[in-house]
Amino acid sequence: MVDFLWLVIALPLAGAVLLHFFGRYMKEQLSGWLASIAIGGAFVIAVIAAIPFFQGGEHGTVILLWQWMPSIGANLEILWDPLAALMTLVVAGVGALIHVFAIGYMHGDERFPRFFTYLNLFAASMLTLVLAGNYAMLFVGWELVGLCSYLLIGYWFTRKTAAAAAKKAFVVNRIGDFGFMVALMLVFTTFGTLSYSGIFERAGAELSSGLATAIGLLILVGAAGKSAQIPLYVWLPDAMEGPTPVSALIHAATMVTAGVYVIARSAAIYDLSPVALTTVATIGAFTAIWAASIAIAQRDIKKVLAYSTVSQLGYMFLAVGTTAYVAGIFHLMTNAFFKALLFLGAGSVIHAMSDEQDMRKMGGLFKKMPTTAITMGIATLAIAGIPPLAGFWSKDEILASVYARGGWFSFLWIIGLVTALVTAFYMTRQWVLVFLGEPRWDEDKHPHESPRVMTVPLIALALLSVVGGLINTPFFTTLARFLDPSFELVDMQLPPEGGLLVTVLAGLAVLAAVGGIAVALVSYRRPRERWLDFEQGFGPLWGTWEAAYRVDDLYGATLVGPGKKAAELAAFGLDLKVIDGAVNGVGRLVRNAGAWTRTLQTGYVRNYGVLFLGGALIIVIWLVAGGM
Amino acid sequence: MVASGWYMGLAAALFTIGALGILLRRNALVMFMCIELMLNAVNLTLISAGRVMNDLNGQVAVFFILVVAAAEVVVGLAIIVAIFRRRATASVDELSELHG
Repeated sequence: MVDFLWLVIALPLAGAVLLHFFGRYMKEQLSGWLASIAIGGAFVIAVIAAIPFFQGGEHGTVILLWQWMPSIGANLEILWDPLAALMTLVVAGVGALIHVFAIGYMHGDERFPRFFTYLNLFAASMLTLVLAGNYAMLFVGWELVGLCSYLLIGYWFTRKTAAAAAKKAFVVNRIGDFGFMVALMLVFTTFGTLSYSGIFERAGAELSSGLATAIGLLILVGAAGKSAQIPLYVWLPDAMEGPTPVSALIHAATMVTAGVYVIARSAAIYDLSPVALTTVATIGAFTAIWAASIAIAQRDIKKVLAYSTVSQLGYMFLAVGTTAYVAGIFHLMTNAFFKALLFLGAGSVIHAMSDEQDMRKMGGLFKKMPTTAITMGIATLAIAGIPPLAGFWSKDEILASVYARGGWFSFLWIIGLVTALVTAFYMTRQWVLVFLGEPRWDEDKHPHESPRVMTVPLIALALLSVVGGLINTPFFTTLARFLDPSFELVDMQLPPEGGLLVTVLAGLAVLAAVGGIAVALVSYRRPRERWLDFEQGFGPLWGTWEAAYRVDDLYGATLVGPGKKAAELAAFGLDLKVIDGAVNGVGRLVRNAGAWTRTLQTGYVRNYGVLFLGGALIIVIWLVAGGM
Repeated sequence: MVASGWYMGLAAALFTIGALGILLRRNALVMFMCIELMLNAVNLTLISAGRVMNDLNGQVAVFFILVVAAAEVVVGLAIIVAIFRRRATASVDELSELHG
């Protein structure tokens, strides 16, 4: 089955090409299902090809599809190992569900087939990224997903905010990509190849720790851009301008996890640099608490989820920075389930509320849309970390591993624990504000449950959010055994084994989750005035959170403003005056010289005659004087 | 026999008259005649030099020059006549359209 793996990329790509050229002649349903079948087919092939890994111990193979630039190790080749397989399953599986959901959500959109062209193109790009067998191909996928992200955030480009958000996402990602590119150049100059197999096996012997630190930190710059970590996270909340299925697919479940994947994939390099690892973990932990605190005070249903995504990505960075790669990838997977579910649920709510996104104008929706309410409730409990739902197992494994590392990481562990409490609080706040209490929506709204094409993916993801965590518990370490072959070259931090400590750590995590949920329930299961008072009680702190610490203003004043000024100076000062000035100056010089020399041509024959005679005389005198 | 120095002196005088005529006169026809004067002054030097050196090449060259000069006179006069018909003037100062 491995021989057919190229179809995993080719199917969605073919779907995108087909829809691009013939989508406009298709009916909505046809184009939507075509795209869904393309990605669904990729999922089925990936499942079959991944079967050997489930037995454990299988290392995987490299499949060469086409020799591109063999001398630098940049070929079209697939590395089919457990890590790639898991990522492929998550991307294709969650992607397929979101494709189906989008058929219902995008119903009636003017450019419906175009939307699915982009979705399929994204799926193909993301699968290229995770299946790549070398950094060059990974980088191709890396840039392509960035492009698709831009196209899909700006899908409703007639909205000024959407166009601006797309541009912001692209520009911020460019900063990260710059770091990533420099990292790849360093890798190439060190190893002379970009191929994974050529790098990771030799890294231990040939890479100095200083160089490993440099490469690790530069990869982190790229990963922080793509995965929305401090200080490059600012594009993700704005990216919510895109259609909700896009937020679910790209900005929650798949693309934003590319940074985590890249760090896990480069584990052999990070293994040599404790500095880079600690930086990754620290940035992750601080991003987690930073974004979670912002999420507390958001009014927009999607903004809460956006900051929540940033926060959860922070957990994943914390995990991979602690070298708990399996825990990080595990959380990546469970987060893909419940975060996609939350976004799709939010989409269902927005759809029902005729594009209302302000949670203050919701409330009491439970009776109107029970399926959405219950599935979102499950996701809320899952992300909060209530056992035995998916989020509990993955988050607990991360926290336990971080605790086991000790030292500076003990401090990060406390941050992680507090974040867990905050997460439980704001997610419960959201659920209560949307689904419980008295209806606060405008009179012209008529909320209703979404059609089956939307609720079925919700139910499927809810099931995954419930049972998805069971594949890696302290009792059944299936995922760890599955992934281990991908990480056998590196040291890995494992959670402490058995006994009282595990129970206490898990108990603390659950306590934090229950505490957060309880506070939110008590605070928000009250009439509107009372919880408004509760929010007022925080004083200016609440406003600061709501304004996201005004980081956008800070960046605007310190970076964007001067950046625009510099660009203006370069365009209208340097380019127009200096560069164009030099070119025009040469032209003017020639023209002026011509204008002067043309006056020599008087048109009077005797003038020419005198000169001619003078010249002749000089020659004669010279000859007579005995020249030569 | 007259010394060749006189011939050379005559040639120099003729050439100078011709050159001054070119520089000072404006009538195209007169200027043309001055050119012929200069041409023939040169012919005279060639013949004298040939005679002094006892070499026929000087006279041979003059024959060629006379033939070519005849052709040149035909073309030059034709141009001057054509201009005169069009402009009703033969002053070269009027013919300065191509000045810079």
